Amino acid sequence: MENKELLEVENLQTYFTLRKWGFLRVGEVKAVDGVDFELKKGEAVSIVGESGCGKSTLAKTILGLVEPTGGQVNFNGKTLDISDKKHLDWYRSKVGYIQQDPYGALPPFMTVRRILEEPMVINGIKDEKEREKRIHRALEDLKMTPVNEFINKFPHMLSGGQQQRIVIARSKILDPGLIVADEPVSMLDPSVRVEILELLKKLQDDYEMAVVYITHDLSTVRYFSERIFVMYGGKLIEKGPVEKILREAKHPYTKALLEAISDPDPENVKTFKKVPPGEPPSLANPPSGCRFHPRCPDFMEGKCEVEVPPEFILEDDQRVSCWLYEGED
Amino acid sequence: MTRNNEQFRVENLYLSFSTKRGIVQAVENVSFSLPRGKTMVLVGESGCGKTSLGRAILRLLPRNVKEYRGNVFLNGQDLMQLSNEKFRREVRWKKAAMVPQAAMNSLNPVIKVSEQVIEPLLRRETKREKAGAMKRAEEVFKLVGVPLDFLERYPFELSGGMRQRVILAMALITNPDIVVLDEPTSALDLLTQANIMNVLKRIKQEEGYTFILITHDIATSSELADLAGIMYAGQLVEFSEAYDLFREPLHPYSQKLMASVPSLKEEKKLEYLPGQPPSLLEPPRTCRFAERCPERFERCDEEPPMVEVKEGHQVKCWLYK
Repeated sequence: MENKELLEVENLQTYFTLRKWGFLRVGEVKAVDGVDFELKKGEAVSIVGESGCGKSTLAKTILGLVEPTGGQVNFNGKTLDISDKKHLDWYRSKVGYIQQDPYGALPPFMTVRRILEEPMVINGIKDEKEREKRIHRALEDLKMTPVNEFINKFPHMLSGGQQQRIVIARSKILDPGLIVADEPVSMLDPSVRVEILELLKKLQDDYEMAVVYITHDLSTVRYFSERIFVMYGGKLIEKGPVEKILREAKHPYTKALLEAISDPDPENVKTFKKVPPGEPPSLANPPSGCRFHPRCPDFMEGKCEVEVPPEFILEDDQRVSCWLYEGED
Repeated sequence: MTRNNEQFRVENLYLSFSTKRGIVQAVENVSFSLPRGKTMVLVGESGCGKTSLGRAILRLLPRNVKEYRGNVFLNGQDLMQLSNEKFRREVRWKKAAMVPQAAMNSLNPVIKVSEQVIEPLLRRETKREKAGAMKRAEEVFKLVGVPLDFLERYPFELSGGMRQRVILAMALITNPDIVVLDEPTSALDLLTQANIMNVLKRIKQEEGYTFILITHDIATSSELADLAGIMYAGQLVEFSEAYDLFREPLHPYSQKLMASVPSLKEEKKLEYLPGQPPSLLEPPRTCRFAERCPERFERCDEEPPMVEVKEGHQVKCWLYK
């Protein structure tokens, strides 16, 4: 198991400096604060969290778009070093990125063909026939058929779902080993959403790509990944297999998230949801100890606000950072 | 539905816009009726005209309106008979209020929350009037669950969830007969969203407000729905008790839409709809959904009427004629 890791993230930290008048350092925003996980070849994981929990920063750090403050990202056994231009170019050709907003991610003045060709031109695929072949295959994989109908169109001529497919096609055109998808379907209508997720899932299976699926929507996770990581206040607080977490979440925050999601059930009208009060913590000035303690229904005084809980490993490789499970691992 | 309990009714409402490329038929022949103290959810995908319908009810229209006709009854009074000025003075925000989409970001950052919330109550800005309005503001703040000391704060000091509650307070301050909520929780986080839904549910139960909730989020809408309407390409294709619509949708579009909603509790196979809704520029004369419909047959080339399948359950589909 240990030797097939594609991506290893070790104690990753990304802090942003807060400045006053442009030069005085007044503090730090700890957007990602000590994240560890590893990902095997061809595996899909979901990172779930609310806005401001640092999940997009985590994505950007993994992609090499932001320099980590501490810790490291290892890909195929090599440590990501964004100051080494050559290494970074290689890395970026191996890691695809699916942006949240397809319309913002596609240049409006390029045709679909140019958009898909660009990464190959940059990465030195000189054979034009090969490029054309790959473009066709990518579009076919994403069910954009007949291909010739789409290939000369501009992004504004496509619907939101089609635009998102172009973004996905672009991210996979170099056959990367890993794709980071940052909320790939949250801007789309529900009836389209499912189709896009299925296409992404199929790509993952067909090409043995690993996918990091970042989302705030726990209900789509089941249809996509094998494992879930739940993120809160810059940390991963619970990790485990999808079914296990959806059925028996351990961390009080994960439980609250699951409780807050509605199922489409008319009976909902009659009941109120149990939701913890308050707001997610400010990452510039996070609470001491466990970051969830001010909102936690199971708060233990003298423990939770003093010490940061370590990761306790329970059955089925479910890992949870919560003092409630101390001694159970 | 009994007539005397009726609060709000829309009959044959049409709204279209003229644009450079032609006439956009945003709302076409929409009729429904809503009893007092009930909530209707209006569900549809982006571009189906649900927001246009909401704005048409409050007559918050852009300049390029081509056609705006039909009847809107509130407490038995036909609002469409009123002149714009009369509507503005007597109805909008007094009897019918709206929480527009993403409104929490439109609070003026340099004016105190209290000043903005009481605005709908002020006419002459006299001191006494202001004092009365502040009292009412305190009441609605309690109702929506905002601490009273927030009245003296500025919007940027409030979190997203709190700002959304302030906007809600602003809509409720005049004690309107109907409140249109346009995607009130879609920009918020999960837990905050659940909190706001709890607030709305409590207000509905305790104070008996009548709401129209416009949303694309079917799962969340079930939290508040007594009645539900599904919109497709500018038309209301199905309208019934929420219970029936969520459990047994009849229109093929509603069925597909419901089947595309993921569920946490049960594992079900999700379905999706191939294709896209028709352009509203020159919508087809056939059934609007015919092109994507799995059940299509010859009659679908003609526009179907609204069929009353049983009392209170209407479907715009030939299958039930």
